[in-house]
Amino acid sequence: MSDTKFTEEHEWIRVEGGIGTIGITDYAQKQLGDVVYVELPEPGRKVEKGKDMAVVESVKAASEVYAPVSGEVVEINAKLKDEPATVNAAPMAGGWFVKIRLSDPKELEGLLSETAYRDFVRGLH
Amino acid sequence: MNSLLRTPLYDLHRELGARMVPFAGYEMPVQYLPGILAEHLGTREAAGLFDVSHMGQAWVSGPKAAAMLESLTTADIAGLGEGRQRYTLFTNEQGGIDDDLMIANAGDLYVVVVNAACKTADFARLQGAAGAGARVGILDDHALLALQGPKAESALEPLVPGVGRLVFMGAARFVWNGAGLFVTRSGYTGEDGFEISVPAGHAMRFARALLDRPGVKPVGLGARDSLRLEAGLCLYGQDIDASTSPVEAGLEWAVARRRRGTGGFPGFARFARELAEGPRRRRVGIRPDGRAPARAHAEIKDAGGSSVGEITSGGFGPSVDGPVAMGYVAAGAATPGAALQLVVRDKALPARIVSLPFVPHRYRKR
Repeated sequence: MSDTKFTEEHEWIRVEGGIGTIGITDYAQKQLGDVVYVELPEPGRKVEKGKDMAVVESVKAASEVYAPVSGEVVEINAKLKDEPATVNAAPMAGGWFVKIRLSDPKELEGLLSETAYRDFVRGLH
Repeated sequence: MNSLLRTPLYDLHRELGARMVPFAGYEMPVQYLPGILAEHLGTREAAGLFDVSHMGQAWVSGPKAAAMLESLTTADIAGLGEGRQRYTLFTNEQGGIDDDLMIANAGDLYVVVVNAACKTADFARLQGAAGAGARVGILDDHALLALQGPKAESALEPLVPGVGRLVFMGAARFVWNGAGLFVTRSGYTGEDGFEISVPAGHAMRFARALLDRPGVKPVGLGARDSLRLEAGLCLYGQDIDASTSPVEAGLEWAVARRRRGTGGFPGFARFARELAEGPRRRRVGIRPDGRAPARAHAEIKDAGGSSVGEITSGGFGPSVDGPVAMGYVAAGAATPGAALQLVVRDKALPARIVSLPFVPHRYRKR
């Protein structure tokens, strides 16, 4: 079974079998506008909850993407190199950034449920 | 946010779904629903309508108006014929650039357009230089619209018959539905197009009439910035400022031939010296080799790794379909084709010096 969790920095993570797939939310891609470049970490890199993990560049600015939980990068979405606009088109699906092996699955408990995230975004307006 | 000013088109921006941001003290549209890429490409393919009412508009009149403007700028105003416009610079005593501006000869007066962020200081400078023979007025009751792109003329001509007769940097008065317009054939995108000064009370209806024309879409400040960057045009406060000189910036051409000999503008000594001996640094165009953009303030190193300068504007060029940048490098390093490294997030990205603009200008010169 899989369950998607969210951060207040607008990342999402979906965990299956100890591997978490991470991306940015639809709200985030709308705020960024047209994505023109994504800088992803090398597979094998250790990432730390709340710390820089990737960079997403829109026409107007570069934005940091933070790791929602700690772990080791096991796969990156190579498609984003040539088709960064996938992040705009399908942020929660084909526009995923990385997959990581979680080092502390308990960290998931501190993240937002889909309902809680939706309420959080509503509160931003 | 509550102290931000609004242009006469504010309600239209909201109605069109613009995302509004603070810019130079105004609440301005950074993009509309289609987004920066679509707005940028739409301007190059058809026509874009920009609200640039935040910019400063003023007039100068009187028998000494030309001499007064020449005392402050690098242009040949005495030689500026009626119906013609010039790009020029307000310089300071140290030879730096205090603002870049447009001056048009409307016959009975000169129309001056300055940058929004500098307009208070610019108006004070003009008023300080005014006197018995040169009067100054601020056009704060006028909106300014820019209509840019290959379909700008076909969009505007049916509404304002005769504008098609203007050529690049031409200027004239027209009337639309009883409203007096001042139109110049110029802009900030590298494309053919017009800038239209319209009384604030008529701006909304005029903008709607333009948006009803085929091919015309609203464009925000985001695409305005990417369009001007691809066109190699300077943004004041980024690519030029009080410390950069006209020669360093590659804007010698904005110093009129007559003024190069006679001077009479602030900072002439530095200008003459740099023209003769060469400047310490030069503004250059830069293309990163990869896909990653390098943005303002990124350090520039030469191929050997020595620091030679800094990016002043950089981002993604939608028409180039890749990253583009401008910056200053030491004069000895400013060779077209030279390899550079741009320091982005502690990594050195390979790049190359290229000649500007990145996208050829398509002005209507005749």
